[in-house]
Amino acid sequence: MKSLFKAFAVLTVLLLGYGFCQAMFIAPREATMGDVQRIFYYHLPSAWVAFLLFFVNFLASVWYLIRRSTGADALALASAEVGVSFCTIVLLTGPIWARPIWGIWWTWDARLTSTLVLWLIYVSYLVLRHYATGGQIPVLASTLGIFGFIDVPIVYMAIRWFRTQHPQPVIGGGEGSGLAPAMWVAVLWNLAAFAMLALMFVWVRYRQAIEEHALEEAHAQASLEAEEAQ
Amino acid sequence: MTSAPSLWAITRRSLVKDLRLEWRSKDAINSMLFFALLVVVIFSFGFDPTAEESRKIAGGLLWVAILFATVVALNQTWMRELRNQVLDAYRLSPAPPQALFLAKTLGNFMFVSILEVLMVPLFVVFYNLRSVGPVWQLLVVALLATWALVVNGTFFAALSIRTRSREIMLPLILFPISIPALLAMVDATTSILTGDNPATFWIRLLAVYDLVFTTVGLILFEPVLNAE
Repeated sequence: MKSLFKAFAVLTVLLLGYGFCQAMFIAPREATMGDVQRIFYYHLPSAWVAFLLFFVNFLASVWYLIRRSTGADALALASAEVGVSFCTIVLLTGPIWARPIWGIWWTWDARLTSTLVLWLIYVSYLVLRHYATGGQIPVLASTLGIFGFIDVPIVYMAIRWFRTQHPQPVIGGGEGSGLAPAMWVAVLWNLAAFAMLALMFVWVRYRQAIEEHALEEAHAQASLEAEEAQ
Repeated sequence: MTSAPSLWAITRRSLVKDLRLEWRSKDAINSMLFFALLVVVIFSFGFDPTAEESRKIAGGLLWVAILFATVVALNQTWMRELRNQVLDAYRLSPAPPQALFLAKTLGNFMFVSILEVLMVPLFVVFYNLRSVGPVWQLLVVALLATWALVVNGTFFAALSIRTRSREIMLPLILFPISIPALLAMVDATTSILTGDNPATFWIRLLAVYDLVFTTVGLILFEPVLNAE
């Protein structure tokens, strides 16, 4: 298991390096935006990975409520934490890209706003996990995970309608319309690299959570036995 | 053998108990009312709008004030049941947990509705409001919006009493999930007051939100109540 993880980690680092070369040197320079557009190769993969992880969190939460398995809870925790990290990357790289292109750091556009709300929902999930006590954490967290995920389409609908009613302060977004094939290559390499990086983090956090749980159980068992011995 | 009381009968009895408790103590209503009044007064110091402007911002101010006041009432919902281990008694009883959840939600719905009935005239006076659009739609918006706030609020209040620092926990988990509902109620109210846009989309969205989260709440309340 350990050597497999090491091999996986090495592969991830290599892939990240290759993805970096693709994004910075091989992909063509964008005609109007220039080199700033290269942040896109980090922005989009992070977003997709984050959304995927939130979906994993939802599935793990449902699975936990059905089966009450420690593994499902550990997976829910790991995917939410790593998902929030990647979502943070999206929210940080977005403004850095927007500033030179749109002239502003932030706009309350549908995609930006939905991503921000998504981030808020999963941060609140992590806050709940942090403040809940003892054995109740998994149940409380998994119900909130389900509520949060179900909220996502409603958030998206609301914000899209909200935006169409209000004037758009800036010109339309950058990507979307027709990406050059050479750019797609860089996107896909980076997507693969980021997906592997996320998987690696989730793996580590999952193992940690499982072991933390085992340690707690052992402590509880030990104190029970100590009480019995008295 | 007597047959078990129906879900509705248990809900009604639990609701009557909550209303009687509230009638005698007036804890939730009083603190909520005074809090909302403070928010309204402070808002009116913060903004000094003309009649035209106030139509545009009143929807937002009113619902934000109600949201904050609702949290005050919601925090007390389950606190009562913690004293004397009433919640543990519920857990042991064969009564369906959904009945308890429904009763609490209905109770909060009534408290917040009373708050709104008292607050809206105050808003009209303080902000010189006169609606341009169809006023009867505001009633529909108010009913759906209040339900949206209390159904999730009651559920999350049950989550947050299980945590350390209970009082602060509720808004932290309630507000992010409520963002689409808040957006809908504010924009619906503004659309009606200014008469610029039809509010139909927002009313439909609130109805969907209510339906979805009432269902999810009813399904997921049982594990939350029994969480150890």
